[in-house]
Amino acid sequence: MNLATKDIRHNLGRFALTAVGIGMLLMVVMGMGGIYRGVVEDATLLIDSVGADLWIVQRDTRGPFAEISRVPSNLVYRAAAVPGVQSSREFVYHTIQRQRDGKPLRIAVLGLSWPTDRGEWVPLTAGRPLGQAHYEMIVDKTLGMSLGKKITLGKETYTVVGTTSNMISSGGDGLAFFTIADAQAIQFDTPGEAVRLERAARESRGEDFEIGIQQPMILENAFRPTAQLPAVARPQVSAVMVSLLPGADVEQVAETISGWGDVSVFTATGQRELLLKGSVEKVRRQIGLFRVLLTVIAAIIMALILYTLTLDKIHSIALLKLIGAPNTVILGLILQQALILGFVGFVIAYLVGQQLFPKFPRRVILADADLLQLAGIVLAISVLSSLLGIWKAMKVSPNEALS
Amino acid sequence: MTTPQTKPNAIDAVGLTKIYGSGNTEVVAMRDATMHVRQGEVVALLGPSGSGKSTFLTAVGLINPPTNGQITIGGKLIQDGEAAQVNLRSFRRQHIGFIFQKSNLIPFLSAVANIQIAMELNGASKRKARHRALELMDYLGVADRADSLPSMLSGGQQQRVAVARAIANQPSVILADEPTAALDGHRGRQVMELFAKVAHEQGAGVIVVTHDHRALDVFDTIYEMEDGLMRKQEKPQ
Repeated sequence: MNLATKDIRHNLGRFALTAVGIGMLLMVVMGMGGIYRGVVEDATLLIDSVGADLWIVQRDTRGPFAEISRVPSNLVYRAAAVPGVQSSREFVYHTIQRQRDGKPLRIAVLGLSWPTDRGEWVPLTAGRPLGQAHYEMIVDKTLGMSLGKKITLGKETYTVVGTTSNMISSGGDGLAFFTIADAQAIQFDTPGEAVRLERAARESRGEDFEIGIQQPMILENAFRPTAQLPAVARPQVSAVMVSLLPGADVEQVAETISGWGDVSVFTATGQRELLLKGSVEKVRRQIGLFRVLLTVIAAIIMALILYTLTLDKIHSIALLKLIGAPNTVILGLILQQALILGFVGFVIAYLVGQQLFPKFPRRVILADADLLQLAGIVLAISVLSSLLGIWKAMKVSPNEALS
Repeated sequence: MTTPQTKPNAIDAVGLTKIYGSGNTEVVAMRDATMHVRQGEVVALLGPSGSGKSTFLTAVGLINPPTNGQITIGGKLIQDGEAAQVNLRSFRRQHIGFIFQKSNLIPFLSAVANIQIAMELNGASKRKARHRALELMDYLGVADRADSLPSMLSGGQQQRVAVARAIANQPSVILADEPTAALDGHRGRQVMELFAKVAHEQGAGVIVVTHDHRALDVFDTIYEMEDGLMRKQEKPQ
């Protein structure tokens, strides 16, 4: 006869409420783990999705994800000329914040090296990759824009031609994919008045120099658009991504590029580690400590609940001892209830979490390994927390049945 | 020529003394109490409250060891002073049935399960235990409440379930502490007669602590306790 289940059935309402309470607590522990997984996944998503073998960034920086990096856009041609390189692409990445429908809209802008890269590697949920050099965008669904939607950024209006999901930046913002030119236009957009002021400043600087008086053409050039001035550099890109030929030696190519004085080079794994050991590390430790704290709290609460449940059964336990029940029967009664409570709590945590976590502002990923680990922890908590109740039960004298 | 073999007594409690506390706080609850119960004998233990009846019963029931004295059950020395000679819990399970003033059923088990558990703890299979439990309930007139929880039974029904549990394992000793307190006179007498029947049929020694003088004719022997001292009484005619 299973005494544990009979007792639970007798006090079903109270047991159910207790299990829900434990379940909620375990759901928070589960959610913490899921948030950490989400942060790691979001942080490394781009690096994993883009599929570049090498990242060339500004010298002595850890860009473009961990910190700002600026490299000249013509670096892409230098990189392409290195033996073993199959292709090289520009990479532009920055975050903007605009107001939309009265709410702040944060977009992680990512430039694709049109026409070689149209975003075919982006997992689309609807629409198509970029089809022209300007004014088109692919957006993550978290940005809340559907196909055909138009949005004005800077002086231009862009149309959503494709949507994707789970493409999130390390900061938790939804990604939007543009051509490099459009991404730069958004990044370096300057208001008309600022342009006029800059041209006036150029003219003023020209007049201050003797050469400006001797050669009036220089002053006339000062009024031309910046892009037409040979003395002004083209907008820079965040990094250059390199794909290698099959069989090419990554170390060899990286060594060649790192010999250049103006850039640093990282492998995809190196970039991943930079992120995980940098900004994500602190989040990981913070969440880890919270998890430990919550686990300990869950264990204490479970122990108190099981102790209280045991106290309620003291008379029955004494009676069982009186009629000769061995200790294993009484131990089994308490331990089985602890395990059932832990199991039901875990199931509630999982089921409620499945409904709640998708509504969280950042991704909560319940990985199988994390769930298994938590199940192990819950098992250990259940056993440990029942010890207090078992200790009390073992101390009960059969005499108490007569009192 | 062979000598006839004599059966050992169901219970031999000799010189039982129970002292609680020590020094100034010392209380002698039972002093040199002796009782012999033959197999099949039904004994009544009378006495006012606080006279030591329950102390004697819990000592013989191997729940509360005496400070001094010996308890022998079925010819086997079980308790010598405070020292147990066997595993008491296991011995209780196999050889002793208890009935108390309050029915003392396990509240989360149904009536039939309360009887079943005693047999299952003793190694009976679930099916066999349930079958016998239902038989006993039928015998005691509570079969229709087999699946009811104790809280749904009347005091008398609860007591009859407790009696069924006590005799389920066919124990050699049955100890009852005011078992008829919750019953009306008719039911009370029925229970007393049941003890006598079980004792005679199974050869069990039965000790019943009672205040109910109306059913004393059912008992074979009567003892009385007062201030911790025990004496045998003449059975009233």
